[in-house]
Amino acid sequence: MNLELAQVSRWYGNVVAVNDVTMTIGPGVTGLLGPNGAGKSTLLHMMAGFLAPSGGTVTLDGTRIWRNHEIYRSIGLVPEREAVYGFLTGRQFVLSSALLHKLPDAEDAARKALATVEMEGAADRRIETYSKGMRQRVKVAAALVHDPQVLLLDEPFNGMDPRQRMHLMDLIRSMGTAGKTILFSSHILEEVERVAQQIEVLVAGRHAASGDFREIRRRMTDRPHLFRVRSSDDRRLASALIADASAGAVSLTEAGLEVRAVDFRRFTWLLPRLARDAGVRVLQISPADEDLESVFSYLINRSR
Amino acid sequence: MNGVIAGISYRALLGRRRIWLLVLLPAVLLALAVLLRTVGADGERATVELLKTFAIGIMLPLLGLIAGTGVIAPEIDDGTIVHLLSKPIPRPVIAQTKFLVAASVVAVFAAVPTFLAAYLLVGLESGVAAGFTLGALIGGVAYAALFMLLGVVTRHAVTIGIAYAVIWEGLVGNLVPGARRFSVQQWAQTVADQISTSSFLTTEIGLGFAATALAVVTAGGVVWAGQRLRSFSLTGDE
Repeated sequence: MNLELAQVSRWYGNVVAVNDVTMTIGPGVTGLLGPNGAGKSTLLHMMAGFLAPSGGTVTLDGTRIWRNHEIYRSIGLVPEREAVYGFLTGRQFVLSSALLHKLPDAEDAARKALATVEMEGAADRRIETYSKGMRQRVKVAAALVHDPQVLLLDEPFNGMDPRQRMHLMDLIRSMGTAGKTILFSSHILEEVERVAQQIEVLVAGRHAASGDFREIRRRMTDRPHLFRVRSSDDRRLASALIADASAGAVSLTEAGLEVRAVDFRRFTWLLPRLARDAGVRVLQISPADEDLESVFSYLINRSR
Repeated sequence: MNGVIAGISYRALLGRRRIWLLVLLPAVLLALAVLLRTVGADGERATVELLKTFAIGIMLPLLGLIAGTGVIAPEIDDGTIVHLLSKPIPRPVIAQTKFLVAASVVAVFAAVPTFLAAYLLVGLESGVAAGFTLGALIGGVAYAALFMLLGVVTRHAVTIGIAYAVIWEGLVGNLVPGARRFSVQQWAQTVADQISTSSFLTTEIGLGFAATALAVVTAGGVVWAGQRLRSFSLTGDE
């Protein structure tokens, strides 16, 4: 099934949370990537029928999602908030989901869903005794119990330990391979890269980039990189660097050299060779702008 | 009506400490009745006064508030309501089910003790017990609908509910005659007065107005709450 967003915007008063986003989420696994506050949750809530778009349309195979409870036959939602009925056991919680979907064999569906997330062992304990990761898994089981064609997960890996994370990643991948339409949000590139075939990047409410992880990786690495270099002779190294086109700008500071590399690959290849030929010892090279925020802001500036 | 939703709502409402809140007020009512009887002040006049001021005037709105907001507001606050709303069930059905849960709780915890207290004091004399029981039942059901709606519409349902019950119905309603026409308690007393023949119970509002008002508040509250749930929005915490 296809989730289609056409020129979707959402604003709260004067604040624009999502700005003119058009995208189609098809079968397979899509990662919605962006820094905190980028509007990922807002976008996901609109896809899940829990927020009206201020402008544009959100549809599932042509059917409007907002104010349409029938779509939940096809959609499973794993909300970000941890809260689940603490007084229910995991099994009762997942079973209630199956019963609310009016499944013909609810008991069996609940059992299968609990097995899928490997929660059979703790299924008869009250949810209030669960760890964060366990709560996350029963929420996933409750969302999967009716075998939906579309699964939406809001920051699903938050609070999970590495083993649980691996397991959920495998589960998501296998559901994607089985032809389900899966979308999950995350602010961690590595997480998205490992699971999603398709990545949609959202920055400051705008759709900044779209592609498979190679494409996104390339766009994130093929950008001017800022490096701080300390060496035995900064001045001599600077004059050697400036002669090459891969170093866009070089400046000499108290803390060492600041080099803006235009061609990342050539620069990393070039620097050690230049230093060796000039007889300079490189003491330290550190990226000055490697944090995700600046990578994102580069993407958004370029897409403008 | 949806059995699964009703089951979860009953457990959320009656489990834990909340049940003690529900038990406390009826227990006080029965204790007062026992006390009046013990000191020999168990005449019809004292009975009507107790039922009017405590059962209808204090216990009913507070129980309506606890049950009416309790079936939905905590779930909206902590986000668990999403579990129910993300299902192929018409949202008005969810509102109706929650209302039935709240109404049944008010019936058990308000109407039944009202009958017991009256019966303990005057038996079935002058229809006082039957009248106040019916009044408490119908008034309590209206409160349940009203306060459930409040729980859906605002996050400050309990504060606003108490302000309505205490300030509007308690103070303004007692001082300003016109305000009495818009008070669930007064309508409940009108219902009680229809059955009771006691000369100590007098009401100013006609049955026609009271019955219509009770029906409008109850049905309106449930329908409106259902419509509000249809447009229930999650606003991002980010």
